[in-house]
Amino acid sequence: MLKKLFFAGSGGQGALAIGQLIAKASMEEGNEVTYLPSYGPEMRGGTANATVVISDRPISCPLINECDVLVVMNLPSLTRFEPMVKPGGLLFMNSSLIPEKASRGDIRVIEVPANEEAQKLGIDRAANMVMLGAILKETGIVRFETVYNELEHMFSGRKAKFLEPNRKAVDLYL
Amino acid sequence: MSKILMKGNEAFGEAAIRAGVKCYFGYPITPQNEVPEYMSHELPKAGGAFLQAESELAAVNMAFGAAASGGRVFISTSSPGLALMQEGLGFICSTEVPLVALNVSRGGPGVGGIQPGQADYLQVTRGGYNGDAKIPVFAPAGIQECVDLIYECFDIAEKYRNPVMILADAMMGQMMEPVELPPKKEITPVADIPRVKPWAITGTGQHEGRNVIYSLRMQPDVLEAHVEKMFEKYARAEKELVRYNTVGLEDAEVVFVAFGTMSRLCAETMELMAERGVKAGLIRPISLWPFPEKAFDEIGPKTKLVISTELSMGQMLSDVKVAARNRWPVKLIHRTGGIVPSSIEIADRAMKLLEEVKA
Repeated sequence: MLKKLFFAGSGGQGALAIGQLIAKASMEEGNEVTYLPSYGPEMRGGTANATVVISDRPISCPLINECDVLVVMNLPSLTRFEPMVKPGGLLFMNSSLIPEKASRGDIRVIEVPANEEAQKLGIDRAANMVMLGAILKETGIVRFETVYNELEHMFSGRKAKFLEPNRKAVDLYL
Repeated sequence: MSKILMKGNEAFGEAAIRAGVKCYFGYPITPQNEVPEYMSHELPKAGGAFLQAESELAAVNMAFGAAASGGRVFISTSSPGLALMQEGLGFICSTEVPLVALNVSRGGPGVGGIQPGQADYLQVTRGGYNGDAKIPVFAPAGIQECVDLIYECFDIAEKYRNPVMILADAMMGQMMEPVELPPKKEITPVADIPRVKPWAITGTGQHEGRNVIYSLRMQPDVLEAHVEKMFEKYARAEKELVRYNTVGLEDAEVVFVAFGTMSRLCAETMELMAERGVKAGLIRPISLWPFPEKAFDEIGPKTKLVISTELSMGQMLSDVKVAARNRWPVKLIHRTGGIVPSSIEIADRAMKLLEEVKA
């Protein structure tokens, strides 16, 4: 098993956090993983992306030429990275912020109105968690329980009050 | 022990803490900032001391002082920062003081850029310091290997009484991989230092006479004798510290030579070339000095081409040519400036080079 995933958005949208959660959960389920974020001088508002490779064998290379799953949180990311998806691969796009349709006909496209759904739940910032739920449902790449354990670590102590809303956001599509 | 997912730079800091590091000195520079950041909150908890110096020059000289008095000392920086540290490293070699330095390298020359580069190959294997000295250099290909090397290199540094360098790169520093952390070693108590490091400057309380650590030797014959003594240990290092990995050399038509991040790209390139009907092999130097020349003796009879594959203009090429000893044509595939080529690009270029050699 070898799965290559790519996550992209604008800094602050939480695209990288989705990738990191999936990588961590997959490792907890016994797989080899690599998580490679882009980095640079940009912070909030700049571009951000991350590559996640998951395998049941040691991973030779953390860099990828094409991906099985592409997750884009905004339009510039769709325009730039859509060609990376393997034929037959999956594209998750945040339709709240991407008014256009995907141009590829040889991939499966899943539109998730992540920001609108998060707003309805009253937690604007959890759009990425809505997206994560959709990814888990469509790909089954990691189990929800494993992700939930990670969320518990992530939202502990002073941040504990955010656990339940985030869980709800992930749960939405499951 | 269970694995945890850690960012390279943080794992490198934790490896040093677990090796029983007493002191860390550093100055912020991308892409290794998470090392000093991590050390600033974790090293004091482990009983050590973190100090952010005012420059790399200050950091290396503070490290020199702390290591000369017997502490386990770790420093980290990135390419231009290492250039600033070179003078200090020469003094540390000359005075036979052990410490471990980590270079999370980036593009150059000058301030350059912050993306991954390997254009420090000559800086780390030849040094920018003056005089006759050597620093063993190890280049890991992943976070686990880097953690294991940092952990071990303190013992190597103390055995040889010389600095030891780890050459990682920006990609390794920034990415996350599962790591199994080694057990925590205790920091040597100050009272035990005279016994463990009898050469260290610890005052005269526990031994007779003064220990003196000095670099200046005005008498040429005294200096020559000192350098020759240093080179006796370097000759030992050339026997004992050679490390490398090889993959598929026995029936390879093309052999890549690559270290660090580039070796991981080559591993994938080899699969792409196999799909195109060409068997490729890999020599991955782990020790850059001493360079693993003997790895080339494992190359099989089918090899038509050796390719040094680098994120620099070909800084390792001359070492590869020396090791190849004219047994095969040696070519170069490279990108520089912080650009990491795709495995497809490397495969395309390797196929073209192979056709040229066959023609």
